[in-house]
Formats: sequence, C-alpha cells, structure tokens
Amino acid sequence: MNLRPDPTFHATPKLAMEAPPETLAFTLMLSPDGSQPDGLAVVDVDPGSDTYGQIVHQVIMPNKGDEFHHFGWNACSSALSPLSGHAFLERRYLIIPGIRSSRIYIVDVKEPLKAKIHKIIEPEEVFAKTGYSRPHTIHCGPEGIYVSTLGGGGKDGTDGPPGIFILDCETFEILGRYEMDRGEQTKHYDFWWNLPRDYMVSSEWGLPPQYENGIVPEDLLSNKYGHKIHFWKLRDRKNVQTIDLGANHQMALEIRPAHDPSKDYGFCGVVVDTTNLQGAIFTWWQKDDGTFEAKKTITIDPVPADADDLPELLKGFGACPPLVTDIDLSLDDKYLYVACWGLGEMHQYDVSDPMNPVLAGKVEIGGIVKKTPHPNGKTFGYGPQMVEISRDGKRVYWTNSLYSTWDNQFYPGERGAAMVMANVGENGGLTLDENFWVDFPEGYRSHQIRLEGGDCSTDSFCYPSV
Amino acid sequence: MDPDTTTAALWWAVVFSGVYHGVNPGMGWPLAVSAALMERKPSSMLRALTSLSLGHLLAMAAILFPFSALLFLVEWQREIQFAASVLLISLGVYLVINRRHPRFLSRVPPHRLALWSFLAAMAHGAGLMLVPVYLGICRTIDTDAGHAAVFTLMGGNAGIAVAVAVTHTLAMTASGGLIAFGVYRWLGLKFLSKGWFNLDLLWALSLIIVGALSLWTLQW
Repeated sequence: MNLRPDPTFHATPKLAMEAPPETLAFTLMLSPDGSQPDGLAVVDVDPGSDTYGQIVHQVIMPNKGDEFHHFGWNACSSALSPLSGHAFLERRYLIIPGIRSSRIYIVDVKEPLKAKIHKIIEPEEVFAKTGYSRPHTIHCGPEGIYVSTLGGGGKDGTDGPPGIFILDCETFEILGRYEMDRGEQTKHYDFWWNLPRDYMVSSEWGLPPQYENGIVPEDLLSNKYGHKIHFWKLRDRKNVQTIDLGANHQMALEIRPAHDPSKDYGFCGVVVDTTNLQGAIFTWWQKDDGTFEAKKTITIDPVPADADDLPELLKGFGACPPLVTDIDLSLDDKYLYVACWGLGEMHQYDVSDPMNPVLAGKVEIGGIVKKTPHPNGKTFGYGPQMVEISRDGKRVYWTNSLYSTWDNQFYPGERGAAMVMANVGENGGLTLDENFWVDFPEGYRSHQIRLEGGDCSTDSFCYPSV
Repeated sequence: MDPDTTTAALWWAVVFSGVYHGVNPGMGWPLAVSAALMERKPSSMLRALTSLSLGHLLAMAAILFPFSALLFLVEWQREIQFAASVLLISLGVYLVINRRHPRFLSRVPPHRLALWSFLAAMAHGAGLMLVPVYLGICRTIDTDAGHAAVFTLMGGNAGIAVAVAVTHTLAMTASGGLIAFGVYRWLGLKFLSKGWFNLDLLWALSLIIVGALSLWTLQW
C-alpha cells in the first residue's frame, strides 16, 4: 500500500499522455513446442541507453507448456475512482496466464531488472474455483482483477461456457465467477468497459477444440467460430444485449472502447469475413436509450496470390487474407492501429470520426506472400501481430506470433521471434525505426507487449480528458 | 471547563469531522467532478453533491437516532456512553488490523451515488464517530435532566441528533464541494492524484482516540 496514489495512475487519458515516456517494455516469450519454459523478457526501450532495444532481464518460468499469450497489471488508473476503494494499490505485479496450461503467474516487477515470480496459481485451483479454463485477458477494475477465459470445464474445455472470473487485487486469491446472467454468451475472447457508464463489452473467438490444435478449416467455412459481441451491465454482472455481427464475420476478437469515458463508442476487430476473405473493423456505440448498435466501418481486402506462395490451408483460395488479429487505440482516441497478420501490414486509421475511419499510415513488414524485410535488412518472420502504443502516442511497438499452432499453419516452419517499433508522424503516418530491433533467445516466439507505467490497452480511466 | 466552552468545543468537533470527511477524496468529491465532466455541465456537479450528502446524512441519522431513542433511559446514560465508546474503539482496532476496503461497495453502480455514500459512511464508522460527541452535547444540555419529562427529553435529544447530523453533513458538503469546484474550474484533475493521501490508518486511529476520549470523560 502506498501513502499516495501510484505515480503511474492518471485521472484522465490526457494526463497519462503527458506523463514521462516509457523506458522499459515487458514482452512475453513462448516456446511453441513446449520444449522450453515460457518467459517474460524485460526490454530496454530508452533511446538514450547503451542497451537500447536489448533484453536486459528475463524471468523464465519453472514449468513447460504454459503458452503465454496476453497479460496485464494488478492495478491501473481505474483505482483513482473513489468507487473502487483501492486508490493506494501499487502498479507492481504482472498477471501472466498460460492459455494452454491454465496456470497463472504473478510476477513482481517493482524492480524490473530483478523481476521475479511472486505467486503461482495452479491450474487445478482455477478449475475448482471457477469451472473455467484457459485464462486470457486481464483487466483491473472495480471488484479486483478480472480474467477472461477461453475454455469451460472438463478436459477439452467444452463442459460449460467460458467466462470471466475475479482475482483479489491484493492477495491474488481467486474470488469466483463474474457472471450472474450470461444470456446467450457461449464463447469468449476479449473484454473491456466504460467504468463511469457502467457497461462492459465482450467478444468471441472459439472453443478450445477449435483452436488448440490449429484452426479447423471446416468450422471456419461453416461459420462456427464466434461472431457476436456482448454488452453487460458491469456491476450487475448481467448480459443485457448481444449483437450478432453476422455469421460470416468470423472471430470477433479485440474490444477497444474509447479511452475517454465521456465517449460512448469503441471498436472491435474481425479476423476474416468468410464470404470474401476481408478483414473488418466494427464501430459499436451506446445510444441515448442505453442500448447498443454496431456497424462495419473498415474493410481490408484480400490480395490475390499464386497458390505456390500460399500455405496448404489457403491454396484453394488463390488469395492472401489480411487476417486482422489485433487492434489498438491511441490514448487520445485518434488513431486505431490494425495488424494485418496475413498480409504483413500494420495500418493506422484516423478514427477522430469513429463512424468514418480514414487510412492515415501504413507499414509493410513480413507477410505470408510479401515477406517484406525490416529496413535494417533483417527478416521479419510471420506478420505484424500484437501491437502496443506508447502513452504519448508517438511510438508503436509490435511482435509477430499469433498462436503457436496457428503460426505453423499460416507460416509453416520456424520463423523466429521479433519485436519492432514504428514512429508516428506529427500528422499521422507510420515509419519503422531502423535502430529498434529486439533479438530473442533461440526457440522462442514473442507475443504481447506491456509498457512500464501502463499503455494503451491496460489502463481504464474514470474521468474525461478536458 | 465551563459548560459553554464544552458545548462550543463539541459543536466544533461536529463541524471539523464534517470537513475531514469532505476533503477526503475517498468519501466522494471526485465523483462530483466526474459527473460535471461526463455530462459537460456544472449543474451535474450540484446533483452529484446532493446525492452524496443525502447518503451521508442518512448514514449519520441511522446511527444517531437509535442512540437518541436509548437516551430516555436517563439513569443508564453513562452505560450507554461506555458501550458506544467501546464499540468505537473496537471498530477502530478492527480497521487498523483489517485495512481492506469492503468489496460490496464496488458493486454499487456509479449512478447510485446516494446509496454508495450511505454504505461508505456506514462501513467506515463515520456515524459512530459522532456518537460520543453527540452524547456529550446531550449531557451539557440535560444537566437538570431529572426534572425533564421523559418525552420532552427524547424530543430534545432527537432534535440534537438532527442538528448534529445536518451540521456535520453541511460541513462535509461545503468542504468537498469547494474542492470539487476548484478542481473542476481551476486546479484540474492532476490535483486528484497529487492531493490524495492514504488516511486509512489515521482514520482508524482517530476512531480509537475519540472512543478513548469519550471513555475518559466518563470518569467525571
């Protein structure tokens, strides 16, 4: 407990943007075949430092086969609301779930260069106390730490629907399930919220048999992956509305609400439209009567390709789909970054008008067909995937792995881990930084990035920017 | 101490505890700023402050009225004050040991500010803290209680309970409202993270101190 609020907590997104820039990044490393334990890499991102762009510390876990994916902080700017009642928490621990093992690590990063494991929650405890498995997205909120899961009970995670459970934000004890009325929600992926407006939005990927051993083409072509987003009354823990984006909009993944809580809209990325292989972004918003609506506001076309250049899975289509696998919104709610993991492109959209996004910048790197190298000449394996934006909105970092078994289907063979950074122009535009390239240890792939002191997909703000 | 000074000191204690609650962000003024900013109009701040005050006032009343009802047991006054003091000290000790915020408070939806304010005040013993002060005020007035008819006494005590709760709440609303308006108008929300101090321990200790003082006065 602090005597003052943690200096990395900010009342408004604007104050967070004015805070000192990040000097360290935390990046998850996963062993795709489970031959080595997964780990957390601490990366120096201070341009003035001698070790800029290098891994300066690693926390290697004591188990194998966890498969790290997403992770998050124990506390964030949401603590500055009197309603939460824990204003004096420290932003100190990273909550890192293994989606294959269902094990959860709590890593103490108070001294980042000496980061160490603080607590391990074993899978059996997760199963017993929640009936869920395969923990994924982490957000700190009013009742503690919320953890979304991708699987229900039983060996293959199909015994009951997946959902969200809550961890105590101080002891990291599992408190139990979140939902009191889940309505028609039967699949899960991401979730986020607007705290003062008291709503939560959640999305759908698929059930464990649909992803753990790779994408199931028959399921995709028969539109059996998730295609709905759910709106909840956050404190009532009730699903109040479900919007079906259309069965062809397969895999509605990342949910990105506007950071400024006075804005009543947000975005959701859809991996692939099975009618035309497009990638899509939907804008959703709350209407005056409190109900929600969603509309497709960005489409990204597939690019025709020679079957010889395509992996087995895509040969029949004669085209390379964009595969929108991650999106992220800058703290000023101005730019939405869209990772096109299949094409090998990172798009920057000006979403000042959320109903009419305009492409403002683009970087080409990697890709199934294009395989564009980094400006420093090195090969960037796979495509741009997990993206994270600095608080001030000037730097955009990303890595290249999607999910071990899916990587292998879309990009056969080991292509290596990568983490790169692009600079944002004064009036938009995106340029890769030639001098920033992180070398990872042999045999690892890289996944989500978290920035020291919070970033654009961790903190929830309770006060509007003025 | 002459009775007038004692009475004045006790009323100042009522006002001071109100200010103490009012300036503490944890008791709600940031929510009034948030309301004004969310709805882009200053009148929303007034509405939020009113809800917060109402909840707080009810919490004071909910604690003080049962004590005022008990006070008709004139010959038990010392025992009642003793019990109230012990209760206060116990709550203080409990809050020193258990520094965790009650989780049910975070289940209250943000638009139900009065309910939240009521529950927050109850959970932190804000009303209980006023009880010894209230009992003290009643005693200074009831010096010739023996002659007063029981029902007028009760009516008088209830009147004092109302006065104590209202004075305390007004002091809280005025101080919290002043800060909320200052932050909204001039200081900006940076003041929130800069000016917020962890008073949990201090609060718990002040419950114990007030309880102890009240026990001490019983010896006279």
